[in-house]
Amino acid sequence: MTQLPADSEILKISELQTFFFTREGIIKAVDGLDLAVGQGEILGLVGESGCGKSVTALSILRLVSSPPGQVVGGRIEFMGRNLLELGPQEMRKVRGAQISMIFQDPLTALNPVKTVGFQIAEVFRFHRGMNRAKRLPEVIRMLGATEIPAPEERAKQYPHELSGGLRQRVMIAMALACEPSLLIADEPTTALDVTVQAQVLKLIKRLCRERQTAVILITHDMGVIANMCRRVAVMYAGRVVEHADVFTLFASPAHPYTNGLLGSLPRVGLKQRRLHCIEGLPPRLDRLPPGCAFAPRCARAAESCRHDLPPLTSLSAGHQVRCHFPVIGAGA
Amino acid sequence: MINSRALVEVNDLTKHFRLSRGKVLKAVDGVNFRIHRGAVFGLVGESGSGKTTIGRLLLGLLQPTSGGVCFDGTDLTALNDSRMRKFRRRMQIVFQDPYSSLDPRMTIGNALLAPMKIQNLNRGRQRERAIDLLERVGLSAADMERYPHEFSGGQRQRIGIARALAVDPEFIVADEPVSALDVSIRSQVLNLFKELQEELHLTYLFISHDLSVVQFISDQVAIVYMGKIVETGPADIFYRSHRHPYTRSLLAAIPQPDPNLEQNKPEFSLEGEIASPINPPPGCRFFSRCPLRVDACRLETPPLTEIAAGHRVACFRVH
Repeated sequence: MTQLPADSEILKISELQTFFFTREGIIKAVDGLDLAVGQGEILGLVGESGCGKSVTALSILRLVSSPPGQVVGGRIEFMGRNLLELGPQEMRKVRGAQISMIFQDPLTALNPVKTVGFQIAEVFRFHRGMNRAKRLPEVIRMLGATEIPAPEERAKQYPHELSGGLRQRVMIAMALACEPSLLIADEPTTALDVTVQAQVLKLIKRLCRERQTAVILITHDMGVIANMCRRVAVMYAGRVVEHADVFTLFASPAHPYTNGLLGSLPRVGLKQRRLHCIEGLPPRLDRLPPGCAFAPRCARAAESCRHDLPPLTSLSAGHQVRCHFPVIGAGA
Repeated sequence: MINSRALVEVNDLTKHFRLSRGKVLKAVDGVNFRIHRGAVFGLVGESGSGKTTIGRLLLGLLQPTSGGVCFDGTDLTALNDSRMRKFRRRMQIVFQDPYSSLDPRMTIGNALLAPMKIQNLNRGRQRERAIDLLERVGLSAADMERYPHEFSGGQRQRIGIARALAVDPEFIVADEPVSALDVSIRSQVLNLFKELQEELHLTYLFISHDLSVVQFISDQVAIVYMGKIVETGPADIFYRSHRHPYTRSLLAAIPQPDPNLEQNKPEFSLEGEIASPINPPPGCRFFSRCPLRVDACRLETPPLTEIAAGHRVACFRVH
């Protein structure tokens, strides 16, 4: 629960802006995002579709498709270097070796015409320059580490021959093959059934703890956040609106959006006649209001909220909120 | 409030799909339950458990291999097409994906008018009725002339609900209707389902993989695993008296939005994944993953047996 000392930060994003330039106008997918990740920690990035969480991940890896997308401002410092200033060659050495990523749908992320063993071996060939003989035992070792039964047999199979849970394990094996310092997991268990989700979450937690790999866990599921993370950043319309350690966030959510989100969840074992609701819809990113993007849906909003963007301010050590009228002292 | 007469009665319902080389996929295998008029029956299961197939069998969209579905006392499996059409008015479906379940080239108005025209209902005041419906689900008359792509996922699901209500049905099968929606929108749509059910005395079969959603909306719940009901009872059995090892594993696996609970709970997870429903072995379908299995479970299928009033479990270790 204590804050990490600043020197153990491996990733520090400041004032990141990623825009998409379309015929209809400029879509500000990420607009002034600040985020830091400490060594070995699991940071949760939570928000709804279109809030910019995946674009943030792609910006870190410099994979935003351009055009129409472009990182137009800010810094992404990773182990002392600004990733936004690296050339394409240098960036390729970072991807998959120092920062890697797993996606929601392993079936589209894997190559359907190559065996999974071949695909994992590619990582060792590209980043470690290993020859064929050396690669195979490494592949088996990684598959074994992800608790895939009979790894020698599985290595020879194609993605379509594996179940959803096994495919995601293959993705994890591939992502962690070079022991990266940072793993970005974008909705890694959303496509899986809950019993398989529990297995995969446990696996990510264990492997990253053993390797001291930091994780940015992107999800819309507050239950997954509660299970996995130490710190959480809540995003809304391209910005972080609240940032706290996981216990503080759930016990005393300060942003009306976080508060509403936590209140709107149906809970097992609790009798609820009606669910609390956040009224209205998220704003269109090409027509963001000048002030707080949440103001049109917010019961606490005043006139000032519609004009002045609230800054991210500290409420207590490690708890920041972007709101003129934060909810204080009320649990969800 | 709840009439004790069953509106839907499912008797030994079975759907086997024949595959090539003599293989048989047992999607639904001997399912029994009844849904009372004005009640919500929740069906929970993982992918491949057969829950969607059950929904389709209830609506007569699939013919069962054996067993029957009685709707308001009439056996649907015995009806010819024209008589079935009359029953179709009384039962409707809301689909999971609000993007693919609306015709992109049809205005919302036409999408709502189509079912009324087919059933020849509300003649002379169909437009009024369509506008009433839109307003009831939180949209407006101006939306009649718009196309599906102009709406968000949550709005489209509201349109899907309005379309299902257009023919004034008694029974609605809702197949994962909130799974594709964002959290803040999901609670709005769930509340809408609940309000409409209470106001219009509707009967629902509510299908979902999400136990928290099903428990919120349902009176009765059944947990399905590989085509069979493993546990069923009033929704509140899931507060603490659920007994089947699969139900218990499922509940343990759902991450709760409470870090104190989550980060202190014992690290337990069910091993393996749901087995293939193609030529399943005899005995309990959950055998290969069950933490409580004994030899008897491999040989014989445990029957669904009542262990308390209205609470039935299919497990030898619980009976």
